[in-house]
Amino acid sequence: MRVNVTVNGKQRTADDVWPGESLLYVLRERLGLAGSKNACEQGECGSCTVYLDGVPACSCLVAAGQAEGGDVRTVEGLADGDRLDSVQQSFLDTGAVQCGFCTPGLLVAAHDLIERNPAPSDPQIREALAGNLCRCTGYEKIMDAVRLAVERKQATT
Amino acid sequence: MDFFRPDSLAEALAAKAEHADAVPIAGGTDVMVELNFDHRRPAALLDLGRIVELHEHGRQDGKVRIGAAVPYARIIDELGRELPGLAMAARTVGSPQIRNRGSVGGNLGAASPAGDSHPALLAANAEVEIASIRGTRMVPVKDFYTGVKRNVLAPDELITAVHIAPATGAQQFSKVGTRNAMVIAVCAFGLALHPDQKRVGTGLGSAAPTPRPATKAEEFIATELDWESPKPLADSVLRRFGALVAEAASPIDDVRGSAAYRRHALAVLARRTLGWAWSEHLGGGRRACA
Ligand SMILES: Cc1cc2nc3c(=O)[nH]c(=O)nc-3n(C[C@H](O)[C@H](O)[C@H](O)COP(=O)(O)OP(=O)(O)OC[C@H]3O[C@@H](n4cnc5c(N)ncnc54)[C@H](O)[C@@H]3O)c2cc1C
Ligand code: FES
Ligand code: FES
Repeated sequence: MRVNVTVNGKQRTADDVWPGESLLYVLRERLGLAGSKNACEQGECGSCTVYLDGVPACSCLVAAGQAEGGDVRTVEGLADGDRLDSVQQSFLDTGAVQCGFCTPGLLVAAHDLIERNPAPSDPQIREALAGNLCRCTGYEKIMDAVRLAVERKQATT
Repeated sequence: MDFFRPDSLAEALAAKAEHADAVPIAGGTDVMVELNFDHRRPAALLDLGRIVELHEHGRQDGKVRIGAAVPYARIIDELGRELPGLAMAARTVGSPQIRNRGSVGGNLGAASPAGDSHPALLAANAEVEIASIRGTRMVPVKDFYTGVKRNVLAPDELITAVHIAPATGAQQFSKVGTRNAMVIAVCAFGLALHPDQKRVGTGLGSAAPTPRPATKAEEFIATELDWESPKPLADSVLRRFGALVAEAASPIDDVRGSAAYRRHALAVLARRTLGWAWSEHLGGGRRACA
């Protein structure tokens, strides 16, 4: 089947989609957007997190056909051209990226948190990122990154 | 495999009547795991995502009517005041991403004994609204589950909503697991005070082949509580209540916990949640969370 979906502001079309395949598969294998990662395919790790119609979701748990006509924003759509989003810059500046496999999903989840809550407490940050696993960092640098992104956002607004 | 994408409930029911083997998909948080791991190859998927009626909630005959596909995140944000027990249960489901898509309708459709909405629905005496082209019926949630991952749905039926009376008293939900997020319950317990009916509702999760109420515990505590001039509960009463809740369970040994541990933990959860709810009742205030 054919699936039409807006990805990062651009209208995209995927053909020959098997109706049971996931949005994650469509993004990675059919549309060449390999930012969203595939680790568990069962909603446990969050590395496939994307915005679907403005709401973070595990793209591995969305059937391709459910995204028809939808609006998807992936990690590739966070930066403004060459200018990284402040969440991305904060992850770099704090050393919150090691192997990087969890990073795309964490960036989307953290981005969403900061959009919704301009001054999250540490427990709120932990709760918001509870669906994203990282095997490398031990999470402390990720906490630092989100706190820094929050500070930077507060400084500019 | 076919993919049906009805725009209205009428279309969805017609499609389900014609294709009984089409698997409904709402949030997809159960269905997609089965597809990704090749545990299921249905002839068709029936996407409920565009059916507005299933994504709305409102009041009907004094009860809150929650469309089957309303995600947990919205229940937490929008219905926490009217349905505190269900909102507490919803907060424990998976992770933010799972709560953004997973729904009570999907939890009922899957009918896992470990589903977290069930204890809260049981404690609150929820009713499940079920529809087909033949008509609509209401099933009390305690009669909805028929076996492990089985429910009363006929092949042509869809769950359209749950109906729950807004809370008239304190409600609690507690769940045992290895971490705060992303945990399938080792066991869970829901409790609701119904001062208007002078009774207490209960619900057990991960404790038997199906979610179930602890009827004897409910009967016992109804005779012990003084609703007119409420007094603090004796420890012996709390313990007896806990013991009766544990007796209502018929748990199994599995990777998540032993039957003996589950029984023990359920007695503890029951005793604590009743204590919290009753002191809230005494104090007139409301605890936000377990
Ligand atoms: C990582 C992860 C963590 C999880 N954690 C929890 C947890 O902590 N607690 C918990 O309870 N669950 C948990 N789950 C399971 C799942 O999220 C819940 O069962 C959720 O409520 C399912 O809702 P859904 O809308 O996604 O259902 P779907 O996957 O869309 O459907 C589930 C089942 O119900 C059927 N169905 C859906 N809607 C209807 C309808 N309207 N009428 C008839 N049948 C219908 C489907 O055909 C399918 O059989 C978790 C899942 C994942 C992937
Ligand atoms: S790949 Fe989707 S949550 Fe792990
Ligand atoms: S940086 Fe390697 S998994 Fe997080």
